[in-house]
Amino acid sequence: MTAMITLADVKKAFNQGRHNEFWALKGIDLAIRANAVTVFRGPSGSGKTTLLTMVGALARPTSGRVRLEGRDISSMPERFLTEIRRSTFGFVFQNFNLIKGISVIENVMIPAYPLGRPHGRLKARALELLDQLEMADKAEARAEWLSGGEAQRAAIARAMINDPRVLIADEPTANLDSERSAQFLAIVERLKRDGRTLLMTSHDPMVAEAPVVDHVVGMRDGRVVETR
Amino acid sequence: MTGWASRQRHLLDFALSSLNRRRAKNLGLLAVYTLVVFVLASVMLFSHAIRGEARLVLDGAPEMVIQKLVAGRHDLIPAGHLEAVRAIRGVRSAEGRLWGYLFDPTAAANYTLMVPREREVAPGTAVIGSGVAEARDAAIGDTLSFRAHDGELVQFTVAGTLDSDSALVSADLFLVSETDFRRLFGIPEGRFTDIAASVRNPREVRTVAEKVDAALPGTRIILRDEILRTYDSVFDWREGMLLVLLAGAVLSFAILAWDKASGLSAEERREIGVLKAVGWETSDVIRLKSMEGMVISLAAFMAGYLLAYLHVFHLGAPLFEPVLKGWSVLYPDFRLTPFVDELQVATLFFFTVFPYTVATVVPIWRAATVDPDMVMR
Repeated sequence: MTAMITLADVKKAFNQGRHNEFWALKGIDLAIRANAVTVFRGPSGSGKTTLLTMVGALARPTSGRVRLEGRDISSMPERFLTEIRRSTFGFVFQNFNLIKGISVIENVMIPAYPLGRPHGRLKARALELLDQLEMADKAEARAEWLSGGEAQRAAIARAMINDPRVLIADEPTANLDSERSAQFLAIVERLKRDGRTLLMTSHDPMVAEAPVVDHVVGMRDGRVVETR
Repeated sequence: MTGWASRQRHLLDFALSSLNRRRAKNLGLLAVYTLVVFVLASVMLFSHAIRGEARLVLDGAPEMVIQKLVAGRHDLIPAGHLEAVRAIRGVRSAEGRLWGYLFDPTAAANYTLMVPREREVAPGTAVIGSGVAEARDAAIGDTLSFRAHDGELVQFTVAGTLDSDSALVSADLFLVSETDFRRLFGIPEGRFTDIAASVRNPREVRTVAEKVDAALPGTRIILRDEILRTYDSVFDWREGMLLVLLAGAVLSFAILAWDKASGLSAEERREIGVLKAVGWETSDVIRLKSMEGMVISLAAFMAGYLLAYLHVFHLGAPLFEPVLKGWSVLYPDFRLTPFVDELQVATLFFFTVFPYTVATVVPIWRAATVDPDMVMR
């Protein structure tokens, strides 16, 4: 199977040239397969999240190449990266980052607003996603009223609204109990069945050991130390 | 709906719900903003309308008024001067006018007494302005008495009230016959208060005025244009004075707007980061925040302007009346003719909506250029 995303000698520095310069990634070579679930595992500060931001076109590497389906996205201008992000990736952030004060359905529709889809169709799609995630009854609830599991499912619906091929989740089970974590893995399985590619970071052995996971990339100190 | 229109609709919907989330803060801002627009628009509408009113009044005024001066003070003019004026080339007509002021102790008000040129008032009767009718609670058929110059009582039966386009001049008018006027003030035949003259060619009014001045030494010539200019400068001065006083309020608002705009909270910054991470471009974020600013400023502008319109044209501008009007003892109770000048609206719009929008967009642009990976850190 061909790789969907490849990384060649990717390095990332923060505060480059200053006294507090810090290299979060120190040369990563990696190939990520399509229609598979890949988990990045490692302790805090190992560079997992930074790697996800490179892969998800949220940031550019300091050096090295990131290719998405053969296309080099590592030196693209911000506008093109935004377009790629919008059409290819869906994000579930660690703290879910739902916008407070507005309804769940509005939160779900936000990534689609700049695309200018007709309001009726967009709302119907958002409701369908919430329904699939058993959240239809919470559509009009405010984001801050949701429990951790509900907020995560709302964040997944938001990530799926533009129908992305790749779903990126940063520490998805960090705020969930075992039952909710199992529920999340069931959703991952369904998304994989639908033909999507899933990339996750996690400390959680329950995630890394889950049967749905195809690849585990172990990281430490900004380097890949293990792949299986 | 096209993609572009749907997109604008989504952004507007989101902008409105964003404003609604910070309701108390935005309502407070809206209230202050509306107040600033209301005050500025009131001053502008009022002074503009009153200038228009003065112009309307002076349209019917004579082009040239000739008054006799004795020791620098206004004196009665002999009828003989009328012929001298009429004989000057360029003068079309000249008429003697009789007018003056009468203090009415009953109402503690000054009336302007006049012998009208256009209408005949029968001796023993009077036609009164709305202010007089109100001050004396008089209606048609009532009798009003005044003490003449020699102490004797002179009585007038109200024959009619004045219905003028502009109550500004007619409010304190008291029109009487020539006989009664002379009787009341003791002005002998052959004397007038002043002479009103019109010229054949309005462009030559100054030349004719110079000729009159040369022919009749000891007189003062007042041109209509000069009065108009005086009114204009008086109102400009008053308006300017008021606007200077209001500058403090405007400045405080500017500081408030800047503070609100530049002080983006951590929550707002995080939200901008989220929007960018989920696929919004910097320009989408700026458009959204501009819409929020536009909603506030347009709503405040329209509400403020509407309130100012009602304040000035329906309530008679009670807040600024004493400063901007106030030249007579008997305040004319009048309604200004509603008049909205597009240029004036545009000026006000430019000085209120534009600075606010700029003040809000600049810091948002800075915040909107943050890296989208900020939310992952």
